Amino acid sequence: MSDGKFPESIEAVQQVLAAHDYVAERGLATTIFLALRMRRPLFLEGEPGVGKTEVAKVLARMLQVPLIRLQCYEGLDVHTAVYEWNYARQLLEIRLAEASGQVDRNRLLAEIFSPDFLIARPLLQAVQQSRDGQASVLLIDELDRSDEEFEAFLLELLSDFQISIPELGTVRAEVPPVVVITSNRTREIHDALKRRCLYYWVEYPSFEKELAIVRRRVPGLAERLARQVVAFVQALRQEDLYKPPGVAETLDWAEALLALDRSELDAAAVSETLGALLKYRDDVELVQRPEVQARLLETARARGA
Amino acid sequence: MRTGGDISARIVAFAQALRRAGLVIGTDQVLDALQAVALVGVARREDVRQALFSVFVRRQSEAALFDQLFRLFWQGRPAVPEELAALLPRSPVPPAPPPGMARALEALRPEHPRTEVAEADEEVELVLTYSADEVLRHKDFAQMTAEEEAAVRAFLRTLRWPLPPRRTRRWQSGARHGRPDLRRTLRRALRHQGEVLRLAMRLPRYKPRPLVVLCDISGSMERYSRLLLHFLHAITGGLRRVESFVFGTRLTRITRQLRLRDVDVALAEVGRTVQDWSGGTRIGEALRTFNYRWLRRVLPASGVVLVISDGLDRGDPELLAREMARLSRSCYRLIWLNPLLRYEHYRPLTRGMRAALPYIDHFLPVHNLASLEQLGQLLASLERRRPGTVVAE
Repeated sequence: MSDGKFPESIEAVQQVLAAHDYVAERGLATTIFLALRMRRPLFLEGEPGVGKTEVAKVLARMLQVPLIRLQCYEGLDVHTAVYEWNYARQLLEIRLAEASGQVDRNRLLAEIFSPDFLIARPLLQAVQQSRDGQASVLLIDELDRSDEEFEAFLLELLSDFQISIPELGTVRAEVPPVVVITSNRTREIHDALKRRCLYYWVEYPSFEKELAIVRRRVPGLAERLARQVVAFVQALRQEDLYKPPGVAETLDWAEALLALDRSELDAAAVSETLGALLKYRDDVELVQRPEVQARLLETARARGA
Repeated sequence: MRTGGDISARIVAFAQALRRAGLVIGTDQVLDALQAVALVGVARREDVRQALFSVFVRRQSEAALFDQLFRLFWQGRPAVPEELAALLPRSPVPPAPPPGMARALEALRPEHPRTEVAEADEEVELVLTYSADEVLRHKDFAQMTAEEEAAVRAFLRTLRWPLPPRRTRRWQSGARHGRPDLRRTLRRALRHQGEVLRLAMRLPRYKPRPLVVLCDISGSMERYSRLLLHFLHAITGGLRRVESFVFGTRLTRITRQLRLRDVDVALAEVGRTVQDWSGGTRIGEALRTFNYRWLRRVLPASGVVLVISDGLDRGDPELLAREMARLSRSCYRLIWLNPLLRYEHYRPLTRGMRAALPYIDHFLPVHNLASLEQLGQLLASLERRRPGTVVAE
């Protein structure tokens, strides 16, 4: 893929994102624009639920290329992230060859180490995809969950986008994939990796932005209720919570209220649906306190009017 | 779009200013910045800011510094060295120590159970004389004589801190038993015309558990603070994943300072960072701060937590109980070290200690080397299952 397919300007990025139901402030659009043009990985950090993963999904839709996702976890290694030979099948193949009397060892070896027996994991997939003239979007999700060993490997891959498989040779990406790395910051990612990337800190959205997101994603919700929902969540984030709700929770909550056919936010509605918004008992207890709830509702109604 | 030499020079100077302010910026990044600004153009200030931000900044904590410098730099007037100097991260001016009498009064607070005060006679006396002598107080934290302390320090360096291992999700091949390792089995089979002679095996790999230490440095702990910090430094040097915090009325993370190799340099840094030496104690609030701000960042569920405090707490015992419960749920083992346990007849009767006790897995003394050795033995032998809660009589 040539640069021609990438948006020409920051405004264009913002428009295309909006067309794909992603509301981005100019800062994020700028960083995405730069990541595409400079062919650098985009490093998104922020609290859970602020829409980091969504950026990669939208980018894939926007560029009309496949999205390849690598969910990180502790112990993630090369064999689950890059490639693995299908050993069981290989052993079986050897047995079959023996049974049918085939004795040419070299031919057998070449056969069982052919691409047919190779299981391509996300990173190899991303490099392979990008070889056929079409880039892909590679999402490396929640990198902070992986361990340092994997980070070191990733550093190597991101510098030249090539993977060498001893039996098959080197696979190189003709066009480097568009890489999006996300982190919830449960630990610090190493500087060496970060310096290859363009950094963006994803904040909780402003009232207007969150309202725009709710309108787009939960279109059935009445305007008044949408405003109240967003105002309530925004006020809630100012409270001293163990886990403040993210945008994903706002959307869940809006869906819940819509499903219950509520037209106005009141104490009963909040109590019934709070589980969509808050996931820790202490937080639920705090918001169930009459004085706290009254304060939040008042704010919500004032802005919702 | 004009990105002539003018703006390029400006970006280079800006990068230098950021460097002086403590950001780590390489030449390659300066080149990236030039490219990024050329791409977004210089028509809008906000775009230039974002372009430079995405290249130069690597963590949100650097954002404020970046913004301040950016404002100074790109407002059409040259940054004056004084202005820059004002932005450099400086160590805070050491706060005036709270008056010694306040500490003494705290130690004698009516909340203290009578028995304890009686038993702690010697301590109270020492604290009183100590606080009367402010000069001595500023001179050093230590209580032991120089020879004694040097001996303890040398000994601390020799102690090994074997944390219990935790099973990881990575594998170690080459075992005699365990799970079949198909990768190696096949490799070996190929050497024998594809004949599988023996199954290769693999076992899960083990790693030491991460450790988080929360150490009380309030007035009543003062006599221990310095040596405990030496202990923290020793344990940080010996283990890979140790996170250390100190608290009195507020919580301070000192992990980075303790990573400094030289113990004196490290402790001097700690001394400069921490603001609430020898003040009051609010354990509940300190734990709350830890739970809300740090727990998810530094303590995996597999971690071991050490709380070092005498449990003489001024705060709300309910808050302390709640936060202890959360901390206990979020870790593998919660160990509380209390120097007051050196008294044979010590009973955890203070409100704070009573509130915390139900959530503690192990309750140990920490007043001499023998007790530290005891801790080492405990860490090495933490059994697989949580023991029943220690019940106070």
